This record gives sequence, structure tokens and C-alpha cells, in this order.
Amino acid sequence: MESPRYTVTSTPHIRSSNSIDKTMRLVLLALSPAAVMGVFFFGVRALLIIVISVASAVLFEAGYQKLTRRPVTVTDGSAIVTGLLLAMILPPALPLWMPIVGAFAAIVLVKQLFGGLGHNFINPALAGRAIIMAAYALPMTTAFIAPRIGVDTITSATPLLLLESGDFYPQASDFVALLIGNVGGSIGETAAIAILAGGIFLLATKVITWHIPVSFIVSAGVMMVFDPGGFSGVLAAYHLLAGGLLLGAFFMATDYPTSPVTPMGKIIFGAGCGVITMVIRLYGGYPEGVGYAILLMNLTVPLIDRYVRPRILGARKGGAK
Amino acid sequence: MRIASMRRGIHPPECKETALIPIKYFYPRNGASMVYPMVQHIGAPCEPIVKVGDSVKVGQKVGDSEAYVSSPIHTTVSGTVTDIRTVITPTGKRCAAVVIENDGKYQDHPTCNQSIDYKTLPREAILAHIRECGIVGMGGAGFPTHVKLNPPPGKDIDTVIVNAAECEPYLTNDHRVMLEEPKRIIPGIEILLHLFPEARCIIAIEDNKRDAIELLRKMTDSPKITVVPMKTKYPQGAEKQLVHTCLKREIPGGGLPMDVKCIVQNVDTVISLHRAFFRGRPLMRKIMTIAGGAVRNPGNYKVRFGMSYRDIIEAIGGLLCEPYKVIIGGPMMGVSHYTLDIPVIKTSSAFLLFTEKECKVPPERDCFRCGKCVEHCPVGLMPLELDKFAVADQIERFTAFNGMDCIECGCCAYVCPAKRHLTQSISTVRRELLQNR
Repeated sequence: MESPRYTVTSTPHIRSSNSIDKTMRLVLLALSPAAVMGVFFFGVRALLIIVISVASAVLFEAGYQKLTRRPVTVTDGSAIVTGLLLAMILPPALPLWMPIVGAFAAIVLVKQLFGGLGHNFINPALAGRAIIMAAYALPMTTAFIAPRIGVDTITSATPLLLLESGDFYPQASDFVALLIGNVGGSIGETAAIAILAGGIFLLATKVITWHIPVSFIVSAGVMMVFDPGGFSGVLAAYHLLAGGLLLGAFFMATDYPTSPVTPMGKIIFGAGCGVITMVIRLYGGYPEGVGYAILLMNLTVPLIDRYVRPRILGARKGGAK
Repeated sequence: MRIASMRRGIHPPECKETALIPIKYFYPRNGASMVYPMVQHIGAPCEPIVKVGDSVKVGQKVGDSEAYVSSPIHTTVSGTVTDIRTVITPTGKRCAAVVIENDGKYQDHPTCNQSIDYKTLPREAILAHIRECGIVGMGGAGFPTHVKLNPPPGKDIDTVIVNAAECEPYLTNDHRVMLEEPKRIIPGIEILLHLFPEARCIIAIEDNKRDAIELLRKMTDSPKITVVPMKTKYPQGAEKQLVHTCLKREIPGGGLPMDVKCIVQNVDTVISLHRAFFRGRPLMRKIMTIAGGAVRNPGNYKVRFGMSYRDIIEAIGGLLCEPYKVIIGGPMMGVSHYTLDIPVIKTSSAFLLFTEKECKVPPERDCFRCGKCVEHCPVGLMPLELDKFAVADQIERFTAFNGMDCIECGCCAYVCPAKRHLTQSISTVRRELLQNR
């Protein structure tokens, strides 16, 4: 008797609906409020930077994959996420060709040369920014512009530059400006509320867990006790909301390939990011340290994942069984 | 009240619509060839004890073994032995099988239908009767029950856990049997408690079966028996997870429940014990959830061992469409088969006939280290690392990362957004290592 041969596979026979594409779409959705606020405050210039950065990231990825005869995977959205993240940490008045340099570094040097999605050992967007910074330090530190909606008192000086100057003490109105993003700064870093909303969305959709953002922010706050000017709760709060700290904590440090996989590992990693960020901000030459903090901690991830492992159910006390 | 729960794990769509349909029963077709493989349990294989041409009656032993860790096999129909040949069992083992042509008369063998008052028997005689009735664990592994109920000296048992978690999606056979045969469950448990007079009993049920929880609570007045609801979560019914949830005791790696003073019995095994003592029936049938998009009449059915799956489909009204995948067992841990021409054996649980849409797995991509597998692994492993070591054949690192503690539940592969075959690669290495031990 002839009968059809049914498909035979290993277990499990059902899979969740979760996928790489879906994860990337959720991250894009979570990033959009902050990106929209950036365009709102910094105008067409910001939009152009975003478009150029995303487009060149996608093109570099597709081009590299074509050239090396690999399957082209740009439809998974990961290059779009990298391009958008890169744009969001660039100053809005940057020459328009510079994001292309950053996108090349992020996609080709950091991501594709190491094997593509999942194989990069440092955050591509941050690495892209670091390379532009190294090559074109002047525009990267001065191409900040005042937000369009600004009242007279607001200048193009970023909150972190104000903090660095030492004789700045934030008022209530400064906090309001910081929350809605009505301050100078990188395109997607200024609107604290929009970033928080995106971060909460990522938590709610279980794209990320609380471990990295919470340990990052808490440890950065705690580091304020080492402020050379003495601890001030108001300044601490201003530090946490200013610059790239929130964007870094929710969107950069949580990047899957470059962060630990265990809960405890994530807490250690996040705390390390917070500490290094504040060491750079309080004692270093740069006003901002988030990017370098995360890049440095990225390098510790293989070590953390090797030694910080979950406890095995039924493991005998004292480790090895 | 706080409901006990395992750590981590997953909660896939339950798909338990068949829980509403009463169990149906059907007889094998007259003239059908019933196939009884001699390996239907963990332990020594049986030898056929009938010859071609013998006439046999329902409940008669057709296979047995001298070994202690083994369990005899009975015919489930009356008729004539037509062949003894080599077959492949649903678990993929090659062994001898007795083939009997069903005469449709269902005449009982004289050893059947004699109730036995276990309370007057010594412990050894009770265990001997359990063996004689061919009872093995009905949860899927098929460990001989008389061996499980006879722990070596020094292993005290203070708790008997009746496993009615039924955590696999689609499966509702335990749920239905609790609703329809609670009068057999409690006396069945009393047999277990008679064997372990010092022990108490916990009936562990996931809280998606509220009606069964309430019904069994109503049926129980013994202070020694408690019904414990557990959070609906997969793999809550896995032995180590179950014991940890109910008793907060951890079975050490490579150990058994008796190492932490308990014994776990599937709820259908308890009913089999009841039938063996109160009705004198050996183990001859299985309550089976038959479901999936290709089935015309999904539901729970009492199926006699030896029937072929092809005959079962015919008996329950056929198919809606040609299935894409045929699975014996649940969707998480069941075994997929390429053919329907295999017999039902004691360890066959559910029977799922999936359309392509229900079980298509998208292509595998590279791991992007999201950590979901770590987040959900009920054991506490790092499946992404184990997968990497398995693929690269780094056996030492595989064992150093506790790969041997994997229970092959499938949670990691289920949640993986890159659709990596984590469970497959890990279990392949694990089984190779187990074989070479």
C-alpha cells in the first residue's frame, strides 16, 4: 500500500511566533518617539541625517552581502535599527556625508566583517560614532544647534557641556526642557520622556529585561556621591536625564549580541556601564561617557558569560557535580 | 492563595479544546491485525510466549521476560496468532512483535476479571500482581511500575505525587479521565498509600483544570491526600520541576525522585492500578488525545494497544486533509513519524495530525544572543552556548556547561527568535554521550 511520507523532525514541533524580524520591528517602534521628537526640535536637518544614516546602513549591508555572495538579509530590519541608532547619537548640524562614514564603520567593519548579525563584539552604532569622533572631532563636538522651539535663554550648549562648566545649577524649567527634549544635544538623545516611553515599551513587549537599564541608571546615580563638587540630588537627577544615558541604558547597552545573556551577568554589565559613564563624565576630558562606557563593557561580555551562569536545578552545593 | 509554580519555562497556546468532549471508546475492527511489539517499556525486552497458530483471549500474556526490570505484554483482543515478526516501535526501536488477528469476539482470558483485595496481601504479592498486569508509567517513559514502587532499602518515601499536570499543549486525556473516572483515582491512590504507609499523597494539577481540581477535592476526605493546583506552565509536569514545585526539593543531577523521598506516578497509571486490583484487568488500553488540524473528529479516545494508527483514524471518522506531520506524543516532546502503519504501545500518548500551517518551522538563522533560551530554560542551562559547543563538537565544554542536565523539554527551541534547533543539537550530543557511558 502506497502512503505519503510525513515530515519527520526533531522536537519541539511547535515554535513561538517570535522572530528576529519581529524583534527588530519592535525596537524600531520603540525608537520612533525619540526620533520624532528629534526631528521636531532640530528640523529637516535632523531628518536628513536619519534618512542618510539608515539608507547607507541598509545599502552597506546589502552591498556587502551581495559582494560576498551571502544571502541578503536587510529585510530583517537589523541594519535599519543600526542606522537609526547611529543617527540618533549624532549632532544635528553634522555635515551630511559623515553619517555615511559612520554607517560604513558600523555595518561593514564591526558587523559584517565579524560574521554579520549576532557576531559583532561591540555595539555597531556606538562604534560608528566613535570612529566619526576620532576622525572628525571638531564637528562632532560643535555641530549642536539650539532646538527650533527654544525661548531666548536656550543656547546650543548641551546640558552636559553646561554641567561640565561647573557653575550650572538646574532649575525646574531646565528639567522640563530636558524631559521633552527642548535642549541642545544629539538628535535622539534629548527627549527623556520619549526615550523612557520607548524603553517601557521594550520592557512591556519583553524585548529587553529590566536588568541592564535599571543597574545602569542606578549605578550611575550612585556614582554621583563621587562628584568632586559634592553630592547633590538635583544634579544627580539632571545627570541621569541629560546626554545619552537613557538612550544608552535602554537601547544601546541592551543590544543582544554585545550584552550578557544571564540576569546576573546583565546586572554586572549594566552596573559597569553606569560606573564608567560617570567616571568619564565627572573626571574625564569628555563631557559624555555613555558611548565609551558601553563599548568598554562590551569587551567584558564573553568573560561575564563564561563565569556568571544561572544556578542549575538540582546542582549540589559547592559548584561542580 | 498563591499558586505553586516552577521557575522559568514557557506558556505556549494551550489548544486544549478537546477537554470539553467526553472520552469515546471504539473496538478494533474485526479481522484487524493487532501488533504487539515486545518492547513497550524501559527495561529488558520481552520474549514472545505464544506460537503462530495459538488462539488467544483478551488479557492473555503474549510476551514476558525473566528480568526484574521488565513488564509483560498482553493481548487486547481474542483471536489467532498469525505471525511473529520484527517491527519498528513508535519509539524507533527494532524488536520482535506478536501479530494477532482479531476475531471480534472479545472473549476474556480466565485470569482477567478477578478482583483482588490488596489489603490482605503482603507487599511482595501486591508488587507481583502489578508486574503481572503489565503496568508501566503512563506518562510517556514507560518505566515498570512495580520497580518504581519498590525503592531499594534505605530510600524512605514520604510523599507520593500523582502527576496530573498535563503541561503539553493539545493534551487533555488526563483532564478528561479525572473528570470521568475520579472514583477510580482515589481508591487507586489508596493502593499506593498502602504500599507506603508513612507517606502522604499530593495530586498535582495545573490550574487550567479548575473543574478537575474541585472535583477531586470533593472526592477526597482522607487527610493524607491533598490536591495541589499549580500554575499552568510548560514543562510543569517534568519530574524534577514537579517535585521542586510541590515540595521545594531538588532532585540532584542524574538522580531520581526517590533520592528526595518521593515517588511520582502519572494519574492514568493510578487508574491502571485500580483496574488491576478491583477489576482484575491487565494494562490493555490508553486514553489518547487525538487532535490537530487534519483530524475530522478531535477528542479523547480509549484505544486498545496493538491497533495501528491507520485503523484508529478510520475508526474515528477519518481526516480532513492529508497531514503534514504525524506526532505520537505532545507537540513539545512527541516523536514525529513518516508512516501511520505502526501499532499503539503502552508509552504512546497523544496522537497529533498537524497541517503544515500548525507546525511549519521557519529556516534557522544565526544566534543573535537575545538570551531568551536562558530566560526560559527550566533547568538553568545556557542553551545558546550548548548549541555552539554541540555544533563545534566541543564535548568537554558541553559537559562543563552542564549539558547532561538537559531534560530535552524543548523550551529553548520554542522561544528562539532565530529558530535555531537548540533542543535537537543538544539532545543529539547528550544521547551520544549517554550511550557511550
